[in-house]
Amino acid sequence: MKGQKFPDILRKRTDEILENWVKRQLPLAGKGGITPDELRRQCAEFLNLLENVMQSGASSPDDPKMAPIVEFLKEVSRDRVMKGFSPTETAAFIFSLKEIVLPMLQPLAKNEETFSSEVMPLSLLLDQMGLLTFEQYLNNREEVIARQQLDMTELSTPVVKIWDGILALPLIGTLDSRRTMTVMEKLLQKIVDTTATVAILDITGVPTVDTLVANHIMKTVAATRLLGAEVIITGVSPAIAQTIVHLGVDLSGIQTRATMADGLKLALRMTKQQMTEEARNGVNLLEKGIAATQAAQARKGRS
Amino acid sequence: MEKIPIIKVGDTLLVSIQTDLQDQIAMTMQTDLLGRIEQTSARGVIIDISVVDIVDSFLGRVLSETASMARIMNAVVVVVGIQPSVAITLVELGLELKQIPTALNVERGLQLLRERIAWEDHAVADDAESRELGREEERARNGHG
Repeated sequence: MKGQKFPDILRKRTDEILENWVKRQLPLAGKGGITPDELRRQCAEFLNLLENVMQSGASSPDDPKMAPIVEFLKEVSRDRVMKGFSPTETAAFIFSLKEIVLPMLQPLAKNEETFSSEVMPLSLLLDQMGLLTFEQYLNNREEVIARQQLDMTELSTPVVKIWDGILALPLIGTLDSRRTMTVMEKLLQKIVDTTATVAILDITGVPTVDTLVANHIMKTVAATRLLGAEVIITGVSPAIAQTIVHLGVDLSGIQTRATMADGLKLALRMTKQQMTEEARNGVNLLEKGIAATQAAQARKGRS
Repeated sequence: MEKIPIIKVGDTLLVSIQTDLQDQIAMTMQTDLLGRIEQTSARGVIIDISVVDIVDSFLGRVLSETASMARIMNAVVVVVGIQPSVAITLVELGLELKQIPTALNVERGLQLLRERIAWEDHAVADDAESRELGREEERARNGHG
């Protein structure tokens, strides 16, 4: 029997296995920029690691001795996710090896004893490794999705300083609690950073406004006021105006405009108004002063 | 016990809170502040809470009540330096402090105070002026009559 067990077969017929294995996977090689050379290198490394593992007698991916091979598989799997392989194509890396190796163990499979001591454990081990690549594939995919989600929340809520003391915040997409918190935090921080006095909240890109969204907007407005700034809401479409009135949401305390341009006009007036008011006060004082002097002179002239 | 310093700058009182406000300290501050308003006949008060990290419903109420009390004594209270996180908490608590004017920092607060006081004086002066005019007209009518 000696010389026919899998570790021996693997050692003696490495080149043959490698050749067949690579050939089997070649149809995938063109995809995603993975070259046949790279594929061959990966396969060779895996066979090398597998041989080491078989010699160490480890039989489950949980075994610490398996750590190098598990790491390697994770790496391969990650690489394939990035290159746009499908889950099946990724798992095929291991399962195609199984297709090649198992026929070689045909003689062992005929004997009941060697079947349960050699063929079965190997088959199980390869299956587990295949599943590992698959699981890793899913993990990587989820990581990518989570990162994209974060990016979307970040990217879809830019706070822009569009004029001295005026910030613009074009909202795009559906407003949920999490996004509103991001929006509110970013807006408030920007107000502190730029000492802006007016913020234009543009909701052109918000498809629907329900009571929850309206509530979120009201909270943002209230928080902004606590920092001493005013909010103008712009981009209120006819449909949204209808919904807001039908829902009975009270926006009476908030300045609203149909378009961003109108909002900017209003914001400019609001920031300039402080100046004109001051100027007006000055002019009034001046006029009063002049009147008083004239009156005094008139009295002096009479006496 | 710890006390909040109240600084007089011109006709404005500056209350700079440099510690987290315990309930008792807040109440003492309210009493002290009203006393100082009486002493100095200040027209404006700026309460700077930029160092305060925690504003609970009690403190929110103390602030708005202090503002109303000062109002009766003819002083305008402006709260400045509310941190973004504090603003969010206050709004979530439903404390929008609508009756208190707020500003971003002390500088803005002073500006806001000046505007408010000027506006009030203006209104009072207009009032007095129109009353004076009325009296003159009356005198003129009496003189003719």
